[in-house]
Amino acid sequence: MQDSGILVLFQGTNFLRLWEGLWVSLRIAVISMGLSLVLGILMGMIMTSKNKIVRFLCRVYLEIVRIMPQLVLLFLVYFGAAKHLGINLSGDVAAIIVFTFWGTAEMGDLVRSALISIPTHQYESGYGLGLTKLQVNLYIIIPQTVRRLLPSLINLLTRMIKTTSLVVLIGVIEVVKVGKQIIDASRYTTPGAALWVYGAIFIMYFLICYPFSRISAVLEKKIKD
Amino acid sequence: MDMEFIRNYYPLYVEAAKMTIVIALIGIILSLLIGLLCSMIKKLEIPVLKTIVNIYIELSRNTPLLIQLFFLYFGLPKLGIVLSSETCAIVGLTFLGGSYMAEAFRTGIDSVSDIQLESGLSLGFTRWQTFLHIVMPQAIATSIPVLCANVIFLIKETSVFSAVALADLMFVAKDLIGIYYKTDEALLMLVLSYLVLLLPVSLICTWIERRARYAGFGNTGTVSGN
Repeated sequence: MQDSGILVLFQGTNFLRLWEGLWVSLRIAVISMGLSLVLGILMGMIMTSKNKIVRFLCRVYLEIVRIMPQLVLLFLVYFGAAKHLGINLSGDVAAIIVFTFWGTAEMGDLVRSALISIPTHQYESGYGLGLTKLQVNLYIIIPQTVRRLLPSLINLLTRMIKTTSLVVLIGVIEVVKVGKQIIDASRYTTPGAALWVYGAIFIMYFLICYPFSRISAVLEKKIKD
Repeated sequence: MDMEFIRNYYPLYVEAAKMTIVIALIGIILSLLIGLLCSMIKKLEIPVLKTIVNIYIELSRNTPLLIQLFFLYFGLPKLGIVLSSETCAIVGLTFLGGSYMAEAFRTGIDSVSDIQLESGLSLGFTRWQTFLHIVMPQAIATSIPVLCANVIFLIKETSVFSAVALADLMFVAKDLIGIYYKTDEALLMLVLSYLVLLLPVSLICTWIERRARYAGFGNTGTVSGN
């Protein structure tokens, strides 16, 4: 039975269904990443503020996100919203809210450290050449910031993809759920299916994340040189 | 908010937290050992082992812990390897943590210049001696911020253990919500438990980082988290 277990992956549309399942959590990751990108840039600018109270609030926000496991945040939003706001958030929406909340903090911190890593003479030289504030930001500061940000940004994306695997625990039908369905459906024909299905999901995640982490590593090396 | 309910059920959280601490502690210590070993193998460029270590690091860093756990808990029994929930949790956490710790040590080791290694060798130390007595002490000081971030990351990751039927904090919270519909109380205790667990660790980490920096050989660079 063991060696025939692998065939279960290719029965009917099983293989396609697994990828579709993975797409569900990938979509959550991509949407949250897009939102975090926009909000994170704003957040990063706010974090460089000179106002002590603003900085303190940002710090608290960042610490909360850093300390609370993402799964706890998911539970808070998923169960909390149903009870207090009386709205029944679907798992997808709850996940997008949580991952955007998390991503914005992380992204904000990245933007902040990139912004403060640009030496002030870059600004001063720009002004000295007669550029306006907008021009300095647009042509001098932002291009350099983006270059420095890119590796950690891609890194954040892979973390986001890996963390969205948690959504199965708040009832979203994604790759693990589809895997379970396949295992249950073939319980009598191929009892060894679990090994192959979970193995396949493991490899699928690897195939998605590995290219990103390579790109990030290459970019990081490029910046150092 | 039902205080009576909280009074009655908080011992469940204490039990769960105790178990989380034990598993996290074992997992972190094993991760540190594996990380150290892997980083040594990489630095000393031991053939074959080096390739295995590289594959392991890439596999472990590019897959979610939850999927690793599912594979260990539901997949492996089909090969005749049956692990209990606890063993599964520890093996999973170590598998994940080992590679993160290895990378943390590696950044530290890379920051020690080759002159140090060469000087050691020319003084007649063996490669292992040079590594243990000269490179490592300097490297660890540099690695500390990342190591600390990894410890926090690994403790946070323990929250997925409920998926392999381990009665951890998430499991207790979900149970109480399911049985009594006391959502607020259960979630409040959940958040407080994690705060009690992680806030001291986070503060200790900040303190250690400052000490390492104060000693003058700690690199103050960025903490990359997971």
